[in-house]
Amino acid sequence: MTSTVDTPAEAAHPARSGLVAVARAPGWVRYALLAAGLVVALWLPNGLYPAVAVDILCWALFAVAVDLLLGFTGLMSFGHAAFWGASAYVTGLVAIHVGLPFPLAVLAGALAAAVLAVPIGYLAVKRTGIYFAMVTLAFAQMVYYIANEWRSVTQGENGLQGVPRSFFGLDLTDDYYFYYAILPIVLLGLAGAWRVVHSPFGRVLVGIRDNPARARALGYPVHRYKLTVFVLSGFIAGLGGGLFAVGHRFVSLEVLHWTTSGKAVIVVVLGGIGTLWGGVLGAGLVIRLEDWLSFSGFEAIGLVTGGIFVLVVLLFRRGIWGTASALALRWWASRRR
Amino acid sequence: MAGQPLLSARGLTRDFRGFRAVDGVDLDVAPDSVHALVGPNGAGKTTLFNLLTGFLPPSAGRIELDGRDVTGLPPERVARLGVARSFQITSLFPQLSAREHVELALASPSGLGWRFWRSAKLMRRYTDRAGELLDMVGLGELAEAPSEALPYGRKRALELAIALALDPKVLLLDEPTAGMGLEDVDRTVELVARVRQGRTVVMVEHNMSVVGRLADTVTVLQAGRVLVEGPYEQVRADERVITAYLGATDAAH
Repeated sequence: MTSTVDTPAEAAHPARSGLVAVARAPGWVRYALLAAGLVVALWLPNGLYPAVAVDILCWALFAVAVDLLLGFTGLMSFGHAAFWGASAYVTGLVAIHVGLPFPLAVLAGALAAAVLAVPIGYLAVKRTGIYFAMVTLAFAQMVYYIANEWRSVTQGENGLQGVPRSFFGLDLTDDYYFYYAILPIVLLGLAGAWRVVHSPFGRVLVGIRDNPARARALGYPVHRYKLTVFVLSGFIAGLGGGLFAVGHRFVSLEVLHWTTSGKAVIVVVLGGIGTLWGGVLGAGLVIRLEDWLSFSGFEAIGLVTGGIFVLVVLLFRRGIWGTASALALRWWASRRR
Repeated sequence: MAGQPLLSARGLTRDFRGFRAVDGVDLDVAPDSVHALVGPNGAGKTTLFNLLTGFLPPSAGRIELDGRDVTGLPPERVARLGVARSFQITSLFPQLSAREHVELALASPSGLGWRFWRSAKLMRRYTDRAGELLDMVGLGELAEAPSEALPYGRKRALELAIALALDPKVLLLDEPTAGMGLEDVDRTVELVARVRQGRTVVMVEHNMSVVGRLADTVTVLQAGRVLVEGPYEQVRADERVITAYLGATDAAH
């Protein structure tokens, strides 16, 4: 794993397949995949427990947020639970105490996560590679301990109970309907991340990822670009975390725990670094698998997900999406020849 | 030297943990001239380059660009003020095509790079200009290839196209012909001769025939200090330079 993510240059390597592949896939293939993805998204709560489907949507946003940094900027955040969790708490508090409709509470949470990302990002982007990961981890741990100690607000280990799902008097207590209520927000968040990647800004980010010195020589202030994408990533992670809080109607300290940060990285690496949609796929698989394992009474869930993670890293360095798209492109190219 | 220098350094010094790589260098680069920096390996040429472009902060001394103090500014600011550089070891974005490199350079002053909410298709406004620049350096045919697929000499040409895309006041070329075959060297010399029109060029160069064909002024560095400075013919005949380059035995002849 270290060889995948130690330095920005190396972290960028598996992304190669992703960005180039997406850029090269014929237009109709991309539209067909998009349509298929939308169909799956619309069908999902009919095939899975709706609560699991809701979790998958939230984690999809989280994974995409992490991939913006890991895959498209070459920065491995090991502290993204700070933004996911901070937003979960703020969303929960706003929903409980202010009683706003849940989308506004989630927006407040995501904005709070973005604000939190400013100082953390400001200090973290001065480092790269493993040092960046350590700085983000350290800040996330600080946020965890603050949440743990600030009992009057966060209820400490008891967590925030009874986060309401208020939405203009509509009854969303059933997870099945709640899924469809949050789906547009999640799709907006994913579309936003896609836009960032395929924007002039995204082009500069890839340049920074592959050769920061050259980017600076072209006049691009690398630190400020990294800080901007860090804040955008914090916002998107916050969207996911806020929806997660409303989805569970409960916020526990676990949302800020370092294992949550680690799980986000695992989801992205499984799906494929620098592929954006790979993270969505990874979220679906990991959440589904964890649910299945816990339902069948299996205790050591981490053993299985960790084992699969190791296998994927060893055998398919580009992750599931990256490997699949590379194979598809090769097949496509050989057929045309 | 006629008029005010465009780029000048006074007492420029850089230490690396007790080792003084650049030691009190004074340098005046006249506008519209080609100024070559030569010297044996370890003379401090590349360190001097990194100081002039902000990639290293000086330990002491002062740098002025067009009368403005630019000492200690970060590289992106120096670049914005009109100092473009190439790198000695080819330094490109492996995933991007040649055209995308030049577009990125052309977009740099506009602030377009901040538009994370707009489509990357906006970069196409630079496509025509990028094509012109690539044609100019002889890369027109290879514009769409990812840069990592380009042969070495073409990568160097791309470096030059990127630097030119910034429309710099001063173009700093770090060994533009390093590692090139004869044919590519000739092409590069022609190219530099063409782009120097209305521009100031500072180049580090080992190939003395290239220096002779291009440079108006030559500064010879040795052990971090300026050994000799003057026109090429004069510098070439200077005994200290011959000693520094060829060793004392040859100089005795």
